[in-house]
This record gives sequence, structure tokens and C-alpha cells, in this order.
Amino acid sequence: MELDRIEKLLEKYLNASTSITEEKELRTYFSQESIPTHLEQYAPMFQYFSMAKEERFTKQVPIPKTSETRRHYFKWVSVAAVAVLMFGIYFGKEYQKQKEIDYAYNETKKALSLLADNFSRGTEEVAYLNEFENAKQKIYNSN
Amino acid sequence: MPFKDKLYRLAKRLLVSTEEAEDATQEILMKLWSKNDNIGKYNNVEAFAMTMTKNFCLDRLKSKQAGNLKLVHSNYGDDNSSLQNQIEANDSVGWVQKIMEDLPDQQKMILQLRDVEEYDFDEIGELLDMKPTAIRVTLSRARKTVRERLMQKHSYGIG
Repeated sequence: MELDRIEKLLEKYLNASTSITEEKELRTYFSQESIPTHLEQYAPMFQYFSMAKEERFTKQVPIPKTSETRRHYFKWVSVAAVAVLMFGIYFGKEYQKQKEIDYAYNETKKALSLLADNFSRGTEEVAYLNEFENAKQKIYNSN
Repeated sequence: MPFKDKLYRLAKRLLVSTEEAEDATQEILMKLWSKNDNIGKYNNVEAFAMTMTKNFCLDRLKSKQAGNLKLVHSNYGDDNSSLQNQIEANDSVGWVQKIMEDLPDQQKMILQLRDVEEYDFDEIGELLDMKPTAIRVTLSRARKTVRERLMQKHSYGIG
């Protein structure tokens, strides 16, 4: 019965009309020890297929890091860019401040020199007063 | 990658040499890796990878023939994979491998995909761009050839 079925399956197998499950059945059948002599010739075929499926790819594949490193690269570049930007803002502010101080200084100087000018004009006027005083003194003395 | 063994086995089936198959598999895996970002677009990565492997190996073979270089099957002796040891322990099983090496590429691939990897006809058809009926015919031919040659070897009683 069993043998009959296997023989039928074999015929179907050679005509490529077996299903995957039927082929699995054949493979398990031929993996056992006792096989009738007239079917023995088929055994190596199925045994080989089962064996071939066990072969493994053992070589280590070096993982290509291109995308990974590029991502890291971008990360660090952006960090550097932010740092540069912040320094730029800081020093820009500093420069601005310096300029304002200079401007204020110059304005103050201008204002002070204006004041000084007016003051000196004032003293000149006072000099006339002095002359008047002198004249008055002379008059007093002569009397 | 869960199917890298399948890629390797297909590559080895076509290229025969272990080193070449390893190189080919490595190359394919690298290519897949570089496509990592848009790999989601392919609905079946395994089928895609298998097709890549098939095309890569066939190209390899073609350029070999064009350069008048014969593939040297000299890797039997120094190969220390467990499969090789098992095969050496069982001569007639080893014959099957040698018989398969002599089959045309198409038959090799179909036999590999069907009887070793247990793909169904639709999947094979997708991979090899063939109609199921054509696959059936080729597969039947391949299986019969293997059986015949195996019987010849059996009756001669030599390896």
C-alpha cells in the first residue's frame, strides 16, 4: 500500500506534477534506512536535496558603513555649524556694543568741547569786567 | 538577513566554486544593504534578492565564457564545509551534485529552487520570468536526467 503510493508519487514526481507536500513525503520516505532495492536508486537524489538545504553561508560580510558614517558626519557638521553661529552672534553683539560705546564717547566729547568753548567765551567777557575793575581801582587811587 | 543561505546556495549551484559563490553572495548582500532605505518598496525582498543573485551569477558565467575562462571545479579537495564531508562519506549522494553541475543553467536553477528550496511554481515563475507550464516541462526534464544518470552510475558501479 505504502510502496504503491510511493511508486505513484515517484512517477508524478518525474513528470513534475507533485505538490510541495508530496515531495516532502518522498523526501522523508527516502531518508529512512530500509528502502526496497528497486527504489534504492532514488534515495541519493532526495538525500542530496535535503542535505543541500543544510548548506549555510558562513562568510562574514563586512557591514558597509557608508550611510551610517554619512549620517554621523552630517550630525557633527550641524553641531559645528550651530557652534559657529552662536559664536558669531556673541561676537557680533560685542562688536555692536563697542560701536555704541564709541559713539556715546564721541558725542559726549563733542558736547563737552561745546561747553568748554562757551566757558572760554564766558571768561573772555569776564576779562572785560576785570578791565573795568582795574579802571575803577585807578579812579579810587587817584582820589 | 534570513535568506542569505538561500542566496548562497543558488549562487553555488550556478557558479559551483565555493569562493565564487561566497563572493557573489557578499556582493548581493552589500547591494541590498546600499538599497536599505528604499527596500520597503519591493514587496518581496527575498524574491528580489534571489532574482538579483540569479542575474549576477548568470552575468558572471557569461563574462567567464566570453573571456574563454573555464570554471575550474577544483574546490572539492580543500573545502571543509560539513556538507562536503557528508557528501564524501556518501558517494552516491555526491554523484547527484556532480550530475547537477552538468545540467543546463535553467534546469539547475529550477531544480535548486524547487527540490532544495521548496519554492512553488508561482514563485519560481516570478524569479525566472517563466510560465508555470514551461517550468513544469523543464523540471520534469531535469529530474529525469538526474535519475537516468544516477541509474547509469549505479549499474556501472563506479563513481
